[in-house]
Amino acid sequence: MEQDLVGTLADLKEDEALAIVRARLEAGDDPMAIFEDARRAMEVIGQRFAAAEYFIPELVYAGEIMKEISALVKPSLGAGGEAERLGQVVLGTVAGDIHDIGKDIVGFMLDVNGFQVLDLGVDVQPERFVDTVKESGSTIVGLSAFLTISFQSLKDTVEAIEEAGLREQVKIMIGGGPVDEQVRRYTGADAWGKDAMEAVDLAKSFVEGVSS
Amino acid sequence: MTATTPEKTWAELSPEEKRDARFRTYLAPEGIEFASPEAEERYRAGVTRFRDVIELRTPDRVPVLINATFMPAKISGVLPHTIMYEPEVLASTFKQFLVDYEPDYYFTPAIIGDGKVFEILDIQQVAWPGHGVAKDSGYQYVEGEYMRADEYHALIDDPTDFWMRTYLPRVCGALAGLANIAPFTDLWEIVLVSGHMVTFGTPDVQKALQALMDAGTRALTWIQHVGAFEAEARGLGFVSAAGGISKAPFDILADTVRGTRGTMVDLHRRPEQVLEAVERLTPLAIKQGVTGATAQANPVVFMPLHKGADGFMSDEQFRTFYWPSLKAVVVGLVNEGCVPCLFCEGGYNSRLEYLTELPKGSCYCIFDRTDMARAKEVLGDTVAIGGGIHPGLVLTGTAEQMRERCKELIDTAGRGGGYVMAFGTAMDEGNPETVHAMIDFTKEYGVYR
Repeated sequence: MEQDLVGTLADLKEDEALAIVRARLEAGDDPMAIFEDARRAMEVIGQRFAAAEYFIPELVYAGEIMKEISALVKPSLGAGGEAERLGQVVLGTVAGDIHDIGKDIVGFMLDVNGFQVLDLGVDVQPERFVDTVKESGSTIVGLSAFLTISFQSLKDTVEAIEEAGLREQVKIMIGGGPVDEQVRRYTGADAWGKDAMEAVDLAKSFVEGVSS
Repeated sequence: MTATTPEKTWAELSPEEKRDARFRTYLAPEGIEFASPEAEERYRAGVTRFRDVIELRTPDRVPVLINATFMPAKISGVLPHTIMYEPEVLASTFKQFLVDYEPDYYFTPAIIGDGKVFEILDIQQVAWPGHGVAKDSGYQYVEGEYMRADEYHALIDDPTDFWMRTYLPRVCGALAGLANIAPFTDLWEIVLVSGHMVTFGTPDVQKALQALMDAGTRALTWIQHVGAFEAEARGLGFVSAAGGISKAPFDILADTVRGTRGTMVDLHRRPEQVLEAVERLTPLAIKQGVTGATAQANPVVFMPLHKGADGFMSDEQFRTFYWPSLKAVVVGLVNEGCVPCLFCEGGYNSRLEYLTELPKGSCYCIFDRTDMARAKEVLGDTVAIGGGIHPGLVLTGTAEQMRERCKELIDTAGRGGGYVMAFGTAMDEGNPETVHAMIDFTKEYGVYR
């Protein structure tokens, strides 16, 4: 049964996966165990995305199914402990830019790869990134930008983090349609990535860098 | 030139003859007074150069397209908000840009749109400068499911009716009342007429009709300035880059109707309906492009492409949901003598082989993050290519770096012709130093000897 949910969900068989969840809840199964299976399925989905077997439609669809599973499971869920996380990422689309799809995909991939994601949404002012880093003690910041006018916001955000004396504490990665190495140099970020998998690789490399 | 007999009707002309007829009108625009013989020469050379590129002959030199949206404003310190609300400033700003920078081809200021028209219609789908985003921003789309998952049948049954009574009332707040009217195709006998008119007497519908009339009045003022600019620009020897606009049917559905998220999920939950919808939109996309090209006496149909880019969907999904209808639109436009410009933002590295199926020497593809040398290798014998200038280079690079990139592009993508220097994305901003370098260097180094 447990194996079923992981495999079925990873194969994106929506109706079957939801039926398994309902049956397990009715059978009095531990909701945390169901969640853990769903999380493992998302991990497989992330691996398939990384291996170019799955693409954006599959990630978005997986996210939709996950929402439905959460809605089913959450009512029966007590205060459970969070799983161990690799690290914490403050994520957001920079000031003046309201695009969220790329950012959401990065957030999803970071999450299924073991990072806790503090998603600040879109059009996020530099001060909010600064405040969130201060409050959370996060060591990674991910800045998303879809427009060329956002190059300046990327740079402003990096500078605000620097001015707040937090630059040594965090690694900053940037990404989004027009972002490349040239833009990274301009903004002063530590790294840039062209897609969600590169964001995960960067975040992992940052964490390893810190612990070594 | 293909000889055409005067007796032939338009429908009897071959695609090549139609294209020839469209290019002849493009080359000798009606009612244009050229500022000087040099200006006329420049205009004609620009069109001829473009035709040589498209038809895969070596032109006199690599042409330069400045595919810009708000760039002409921002590069000269004018707020995007200002050109959206003051049509006379829109026209004068775009003209000054052409005079100062002298590209071969430009994007019409008509694509900027008028802020007051947007306000009158109360457009919900876009945040524009000073209205949801800062006055110095470009416009940004507000993603949403403007068509619900259970409405495919309505779109497929009757797209026009769906647009008028379902989609537009959601996208334009002021047109909400249109949701209350009955389909016009219900009007087929005299006994139905009076009953059909009833909703037109209600305040909501009358408010919507008033909004359309007010938007129309404002749009007339706006188009007078845009039209005057277009005549003046041609008179100075500059060539408008496109006449019509169209899109991949999948993008029409996924960008602004069903929304990105909705469509992505639909690929799994209701793939047949997605396919049926894009097939239904295909003839409409062809008609739209042809109509624009004819009205503007310019054969080029600009097609911004989005969801077919590398990494968005799998090869199988691209082959199933995206490519067949896109190809049908391109072929349909070419059959009407148009020159589709496929504007491939993002990367198209994994899709290049598909593009070899396009009709030879009749359209062109502008690339953004695609490997330009490989694009040339794969497509060189089939269609012309363009682009390869990245926004990061334009906005944060130096003139020297720009010249290096242009040289690299001319030496590879431009080898033997078939290439247009252009930005990979439509630019909202610019940097005088790099934009001048791009244009001037291409004109100098891009000469074919």
